[in-house]
Amino acid sequence: MRLDLTHIQRWITPGSRVLDLGCGEGEFLQRLQQERGVRGLGLEINPEKITRALGRGLDIVEQDMDAGLGNFPDHSFDTVVMAHALQAVHYPDRVLEEMLRIGHQGIVTFPNFGHWLCRVHLGTRGRMPVSKFMPYHWYDTPNIHFCTVKDFEALCEARGIRILARDMVGNTEGRPMLASAWPNLFALTAIYLISR
Amino acid sequence: MNSDSVGIVTPQCAEFDQPLTLACGRVLPRYQLMYETYGELNAQASNAVLICHALSGHHHAAGYHSDEDRKPGWWEACIGPGKPIDTNRFFVVSLNNLGGCHGSTGPASINPETGEPWGPDFPPLRVRDWVHSQARLADRLGIHTWAAVIGGSLGGMQAMRWALEYPDRVRHCVVIASAMRLSAQNIAFNEIARQAIQSDPDYAEGHYLKADKVPARGLSLARMVGHITYLSDNAMASKFGRDLRTGSLELGDEDQAEFQVQSYLRYQGSRFSGSFDANTYILMTRALDWFDLAREYGDDPVAAFRHARCSFLVISFSTDWRFSPHRSREIVDALIAADRPVSYAEIEADEGHDAFLMPIPRYLDTFAAWMRRVGEHR
Repeated sequence: MRLDLTHIQRWITPGSRVLDLGCGEGEFLQRLQQERGVRGLGLEINPEKITRALGRGLDIVEQDMDAGLGNFPDHSFDTVVMAHALQAVHYPDRVLEEMLRIGHQGIVTFPNFGHWLCRVHLGTRGRMPVSKFMPYHWYDTPNIHFCTVKDFEALCEARGIRILARDMVGNTEGRPMLASAWPNLFALTAIYLISR
Repeated sequence: MNSDSVGIVTPQCAEFDQPLTLACGRVLPRYQLMYETYGELNAQASNAVLICHALSGHHHAAGYHSDEDRKPGWWEACIGPGKPIDTNRFFVVSLNNLGGCHGSTGPASINPETGEPWGPDFPPLRVRDWVHSQARLADRLGIHTWAAVIGGSLGGMQAMRWALEYPDRVRHCVVIASAMRLSAQNIAFNEIARQAIQSDPDYAEGHYLKADKVPARGLSLARMVGHITYLSDNAMASKFGRDLRTGSLELGDEDQAEFQVQSYLRYQGSRFSGSFDANTYILMTRALDWFDLAREYGDDPVAAFRHARCSFLVISFSTDWRFSPHRSREIVDALIAADRPVSYAEIEADEGHDAFLMPIPRYLDTFAAWMRRVGEHR
C-alpha cells in the first residue's frame, strides 16, 4: 500500500459512497471497501488495470477523465478521490471543479515538484528530474502538469476551493517533520482534503 | 472437440399449460420452451445463470449435439469449462425464446384452435413476455434467483428487463452490446428486413406454411441487410476487400466481375433462409423495435433502474455501430445516477456488433474477471 493512500483513509466516512478517479488496479478502493465498508466506483482507462481491478471484485467504469465527467450527477458521491493523477490530466483545474461538483468533498494527492531533489536536479544539471519517484523523461511522461505545493494552494485560493486538511509525506519513515514544516521543499507527496 | 467445451448436449423441452397473459393483452393458453443446460445446479440452487439470446439465436448456445456435429453452439466462445461463463462453477440455462423457430412455441407451431400453423396470427411479443416465460422456466427448474442473467444485443434488453421486472430474482446482470431502446436508424434497418420478407410473393401474407412455400428470397435479403450492419467497415475490408470471386475488371473483358463480398452475403442469406422462420424474424425484429426500457417509468432510465437490486456489467465494442458504445454509456450513466453497482468496459475490436460472439482476448478477460465475483457472491 502506497503511503499516501494510508493517510487518506481516515478522511473517508465508513459506509459512504466513494468515486476513485484513475483508480489503477483498485488497491485503494479495495482497502476502503474492506476497512471502511464504502460503496466504491473506480474510473480507469488502462484495459489491463481494469481487468485486475474487476478481479478484485470492484466496480470499475472505463472512462477517460479528460473527456469530461459530465455524466456524473451533482453530489452523487460523498468523496471523490484522485490519487496521483492530477499531474496527468489535460485540465487539472477543471477536474478539481468537477470533483467538487460530483462529491461533497475531494481528496487529491500529487507528487510535489517543488521538492528539493527536483530543484537540485534542475538547478545543478539543468535537466528535468528523472528519479525513482519520477521515472519518466520529459518526452514520454504521462505527467504533463507538474505543480508544487504552493502552486496547488494558489489554485485552490483562486478558485474558492477550501482546504480542509493537508498531509505531507517526505522521504523519511514515521513523523515527517521536515515535510510538515517546509512542505514545498521537503514533501514528496502532497495530500489534500478539499471542499467547496 | 476441445477440452474447454461442454461437449455433447441434449436439448430439452418444457411444456407449460398455465396460460400466459402477454403484453399485447392476448393469452397464450399453453406453450413449450426448448432449452439446454450446461454444468450442475448446486444444492442451494444459487449458481444458475440464464442466457438470453439475440435476434436470430436459439437454445443451442454451447457444445455439440453429436460427435459428427461440426459447429458448436452460438456462444461457444464464452460458455464452457474455464471460460467466462464457467460451467465448472455455474449451471447455465439457455432457451429458445417464445415466438422462436427452434422448437419453442412460435409462428411455425400449430395453433391448437385451428389445427394449422399460427403464421402471422401468432400474438405479437414484447421483451417482457420473454422475461415472464423465462421466469416460469426458472420455477420449473427450481431456480428462485439467478446468479446472473446475461445477454448480448436483444439478449441484453431481456437481461435489463429481468432486473426491473424481477429485482429479487437477479443478483447480477450482464448487458453486452445493447441499448435501452433502438434508434430510428436501427428501426429503419429492421423495417427494410421486414419489407424484404413481406414483399416476397412466397410470403403469402404470412401463410406460406399453409401454402407449402418459403419466402426464401425475402428472408435471405433481410438477413443480408442485417448482416452488413453487424459487421464494421474495417472488418469487411479486411475479410473481403475488393477481391474478385469471378471475372476481372480488365477493359475488354465481357465477363461480369463478381466480388467476394457478394457471394459471401448471398451464402449467408441463403443459409439463413433455409433454417429460420420468416414470421419469427418479423416477430423478433418488432420486439426489438418496441423495447423501451424506461417508457413506463416516465421515460426516465434513472427512475427505471432504481427498481433494480442487482450489480451490472455493461460491455460495448469500439466498432459496433448498430449498438454503439455510446448506447452502452447511456445505460452506465443511468445506473450510476441511480446509485446501482455497475462496471463498464469498451472493448477495442474490429468485428462490429458481431464482436460479442467472438473470442476477443480482452473481452474474455474482462468478462471472466467479473464473472468470478458472481461465483463468489452467493
